[in-house]
Amino acid sequence: MGDYQQRVILAKLGLDGHDRGIKVVARILRDAGMEVIYLGLRQTAASIVAAAEEEDADAIGLSMHNAGHLTLGPKMASALSDAGMDIPLIIGGIVPDEDVEELMSAGIAAVLGPGASAEEVVATVQDAISARDEA
Amino acid sequence: MGSEENQKLNAREAWELDYQKASIRDDNFETMSGVPVDPVYGDDLFPGQYPYTRGIYPSMYRSRLWTMRMFAGFGTAEDTNLRFKELLRNGGTGLSTAFDMPTLMGRDSDSEWALGEVGRAGVAVDTLADMEDLFAEIDLSTVSTSMTINGPAATLLAMYVAVAEQNGVSPNQLAGTIQNDILKEYQAQKEYIYPPRPSMRIITDMVKYTTAEMPKWHPISISGYHIREAGSTAAQELAFTLANGFSYVEAAIAAGQNVNEFGKRLSFFFNSHSDFFEEIGKFRAARRIWARWMKERYGATDEKAMLCRFHTQTAGVSLTAQQPEINIARVGIQALAAALGGTQSLHTDSFDEALALPTEDAARIALRTQQIVAHETGVVNVADPLGGSPYVEWMTDEMERQAEAIFAHLDDLGNGSILEGTFNGIENGYFVGEIADAAYRFEREVNSGRRIIVGVNEFTDGDNPENRNLLRIGAETEEYQLKRLNDVKSKRNQEHVNEALSEITAVANDPTRNLMPAIIDAVKTYATEEEIANAMEVVFGTYVEKAIV
Repeated sequence: MGDYQQRVILAKLGLDGHDRGIKVVARILRDAGMEVIYLGLRQTAASIVAAAEEEDADAIGLSMHNAGHLTLGPKMASALSDAGMDIPLIIGGIVPDEDVEELMSAGIAAVLGPGASAEEVVATVQDAISARDEA
Repeated sequence: MGSEENQKLNAREAWELDYQKASIRDDNFETMSGVPVDPVYGDDLFPGQYPYTRGIYPSMYRSRLWTMRMFAGFGTAEDTNLRFKELLRNGGTGLSTAFDMPTLMGRDSDSEWALGEVGRAGVAVDTLADMEDLFAEIDLSTVSTSMTINGPAATLLAMYVAVAEQNGVSPNQLAGTIQNDILKEYQAQKEYIYPPRPSMRIITDMVKYTTAEMPKWHPISISGYHIREAGSTAAQELAFTLANGFSYVEAAIAAGQNVNEFGKRLSFFFNSHSDFFEEIGKFRAARRIWARWMKERYGATDEKAMLCRFHTQTAGVSLTAQQPEINIARVGIQALAAALGGTQSLHTDSFDEALALPTEDAARIALRTQQIVAHETGVVNVADPLGGSPYVEWMTDEMERQAEAIFAHLDDLGNGSILEGTFNGIENGYFVGEIADAAYRFEREVNSGRRIIVGVNEFTDGDNPENRNLLRIGAETEEYQLKRLNDVKSKRNQEHVNEALSEITAVANDPTRNLMPAIIDAVKTYATEEEIANAMEVVFGTYVEKAIV
């Protein structure tokens, strides 16, 4: 790990305004020593790609509570790959188990469901970053 | 001593007179074993007496049970219309509409922002045509309807008025509530369009319009529910909500409205969470604080304008995705707290809501849960049955004490105006900061195991994720809705639409005129929700929250 501080972008994509979870996740990741850049509400795929580029992010976390994940998740993943960016994308929120496979095959690195502990959140982000680094 | 005894006697006599005037349900008010019980116990303060700590009516649920109002909405207007009719057939006594995210944000289904969100978390409404479908074959002169919408509330209210008119029902017959509580949007739910001050102007226009034209309508449901869901404590929920209420009162008074008139039309919406006695104390404190402030600070003289009437919903955030069936027990306990707290209406959450929108079966079980509380437990026989308990009275006082400390802070922040203090608290991040801190504290407790959430960090055996039947809203809803919107747009008279939209912009530019009539005229031309929102946005601008963790 060394002294390198991992940089994680967190954002709410689309209209969904449920931001309790993502703010808690922001603090969890910060407490674990990561640098967190929270973009806030009503982000678009384009605004997230731009921020990831500018901040040289190691991972992107999106929070989704409005059942739009099967549309918006893959859309975000392809926006990243269209921009030639290989940054792990993690989705947290209300995602039924049966949708996880579809999201993973669309290029989402990991999904964090409700009730995930702080340790799981940190480990998931770190694992996603190291998996990308090893690839 | 002597005069104190007299006062107690007078309080009881006054209550008895009031109670005798009330119409009482035909029921046996006795225990399951046949022991008759009194309508209330205690000898100091009685229900229906200022400051209403013990309930707003002298006879409480002996006259009328709370309204069992189940929140529903998904897919197309036709889908939700079927669910509404099902709920009414099953003994539901009021409708409550959940709109999808684009509708809540003033966006049409064909907006690029709407992609993936149409009909997902509620019903999609773009034009009057959707509203016609939503309330088809439902008699709007007898049913009471609640609409949970805030940013574009004026447009949805206008559509409701227009649908009723088509069916020969006039605005003064319409009963219901529109949430229309924009202040808590900036604090918690984040479904705003315009900045706080112009939003307050729209709301004041709606208060004026409904006070004059819709005497049975509640133009604002001042909502703590979302504040709590976003992570606040019980006392913060209480204080922020009532402070928002004071803000609407100050705005209406400043606009020349009579506090006794519009005060009667305000209602509240609270969360019922799992800490049983804290919740009951919160409900009791809410009534007492509201009555005192309305009387002492805002000069209300009509007792009806001092009453804190409220709807309650069980805590969605308390529901677990793990072992979802056990949520039925949580909902039952939270529903009981709401009943003991004296709620006027109640939505009980469905056990599967941590996973998806509720299935019809789950919604039925949730309704049955509150029916059990109402019809089997006997808690409805006696008003405020916990009043006088040293713990409950202490908790009520403690909730009030914490809330008053927050009011003092806001009053300070606004130099003697709660409204200005609230605007300032929104602008300086006070509310979102306090809520985020409380949410994080709670999460830390759960994570460390100091707070047990059954099924999540303790007692985790027995979860069976394979065996779940979830409501899925497919992409066909979006396709259907886009086609519907296109059809409506192609058939309407575009000239009439344009004229109506320009008129809205003109009225928005003139603070002395009321926006409601112009918006009602516009919806009748089948102007879309987003077109109407944009017609005001050009004058009012938009609000973007600073991203603060």
